[in-house]
Amino acid sequence: MAQTKAKYLTIEEGFFAAFLFVLAFACVIIAGKTYDQVMAFHTSIGALFAAVGAFVIFKNYFNDGGIEIPQEIGGKPNYNLGPIKFGAWAAVFWGVAGFTVGLIIALQLAYPVLNFDLPWTNFGRLRPLHTSAVIFAFGGNVLLASSFYVVQRTCRARMPGRIAPWFVILGYNAFIVIAGTGYLLGATQSKEYAEPEWYADLWLTIVWVVYLFVFMGTLWKRKEPHIYVANWFYLAFIVTIAMLHIFNNLTIPVSVFGTKSYILWAGVQDAMVQWWYGHNAVGFFLTAGFLAIMYYFIPKRADRPVYSYRLSIVHFWALIFLYIWAGPHHLHYTALPQWASTLGATFSIMLWMPSWGGMINGLMTLSGAWDKLRTDPVLRMMVVSVAFYGMSTFEGPLMSLRSVNSLSHYTDWTIGHVHSGALGWVGYISFGALYCLIPWLWNKRQVYSLKLVNWHFWISTIGIVLYICAMWVSGIMQGLMWRAYDRLGFLEYSFIETVEAMHPFYVIRALGGALFVIGSLIMAYNLYMTVRYGEAEEAETASGEALAPAE
Amino acid sequence: MNESYTTMASFAQTWGLVYFVIIFLCVLAYALWPKNRKRFDEAAHIPLRED
Repeated sequence: MAQTKAKYLTIEEGFFAAFLFVLAFACVIIAGKTYDQVMAFHTSIGALFAAVGAFVIFKNYFNDGGIEIPQEIGGKPNYNLGPIKFGAWAAVFWGVAGFTVGLIIALQLAYPVLNFDLPWTNFGRLRPLHTSAVIFAFGGNVLLASSFYVVQRTCRARMPGRIAPWFVILGYNAFIVIAGTGYLLGATQSKEYAEPEWYADLWLTIVWVVYLFVFMGTLWKRKEPHIYVANWFYLAFIVTIAMLHIFNNLTIPVSVFGTKSYILWAGVQDAMVQWWYGHNAVGFFLTAGFLAIMYYFIPKRADRPVYSYRLSIVHFWALIFLYIWAGPHHLHYTALPQWASTLGATFSIMLWMPSWGGMINGLMTLSGAWDKLRTDPVLRMMVVSVAFYGMSTFEGPLMSLRSVNSLSHYTDWTIGHVHSGALGWVGYISFGALYCLIPWLWNKRQVYSLKLVNWHFWISTIGIVLYICAMWVSGIMQGLMWRAYDRLGFLEYSFIETVEAMHPFYVIRALGGALFVIGSLIMAYNLYMTVRYGEAEEAETASGEALAPAE
Repeated sequence: MNESYTTMASFAQTWGLVYFVIIFLCVLAYALWPKNRKRFDEAAHIPLRED
């Protein structure tokens, strides 16, 4: 085939190169003029990343001279896998890092001396580092990588763009670096799960809009007439996160040369917007996005179609229509009007139905193939993840009721609830997806060792059980101690007594966390060996018979 | 101020409810419509078709 060389950069390449060029200059100027050291550091990083990006665009152009990438090879779609590979490994890296920081802060709560009396290592700064690393860095990269994979496969079309998919995945990870280092250096707007300051938020907005374009562009190019349900969930996740991110970060910077900004909303309106954002980060990032993973990877791994496609349609629309209202249940007994918090609780209770619709659909996909749970630890991991999803979405609405919330709020019960969802549901479905995705991306038949997957499964399951049980006991005890009065109507316990009483449970929790970290390290090793050596069993039998290479 | 709240609330509590019920019924009708059955059964197999 004769390759014609384009004379000029494509519009896309030119646009991204010019944008990065301008950005690099702007960063240099701000870095030079700023009075704020964190800003100087971040704009230096930004200038470096942007300049490298522009350089790579030109380098690739001069190397291959703008040869057009074929959309199909031999009648099969020529899927774009490069950015997905990067995203999958970024997820593994951030996962291990984020879990480790979680373990550190769990130990800090049990043994405060581990704060080291340094500003950069104290709990207050490491805690958002942990939450953002696991939710946005680990979870986000799993979502980006899997969504790019699933949307291409189920549309049977290559993602549009040569630069755009890379811009999304690299730009997103650049955001993670800016956000994470910002926390350690003390730059935060103090909104839970939305801590990054205005410039990081602006950058994420740009990346996210490009993400939406790439995703929609793939849907637009699709060869498959029907849009598969997983793509509906991904699309709901992308669109809603864009909306939430923008509204919760409408801030005005004090100066473009400084990190500090002020939000447009004041008082209880700000609180309401924050928890509208915060709860839907759970609903659309950690639920809708990962349900998309469930709807592709479980049927694929079990080799069975989804149990009921009709149920998936009904529960999709019900889920997205109900979730968006549930936020006010985070603000019971506050300045928020009671009707608003009742509304939030009512919608949370109604969420039982679509949540369980998803759980039933995921679990019943295995009907007639339950035996695979015994032999395939990857599938078992994903099925247990769906069970955790069912459990934590049952617990959540209960905790949203005002009477239960009066006991559970501000206690460790909330932490236990969040982690049964995060470690159990999000963690396990992500591990399952990575165990599927990495062999597929590198053309291996199977992961390096299913035995190690089994070890990962059991070690981290014990870890999760220790974690959530410790937090249930500790949280309910804490709540009861806070509300205990003596005969004369005085509070029975001082605050520090409740803290002392929680110490053993903090130690147990840290132990559970340590097991979860060990599990993730086993996964990282297993996935590395998968890429490097492929499936072990095959290699072993080959070397047993003859000294021939396994290929 | 108070009156506008009451008007808002009663509007949301009646028409908001009607709106949601209608949408839900539309979704149910679309999902359960007998004619769509074949399409959805085929769609469920999309991930399993290799290429």
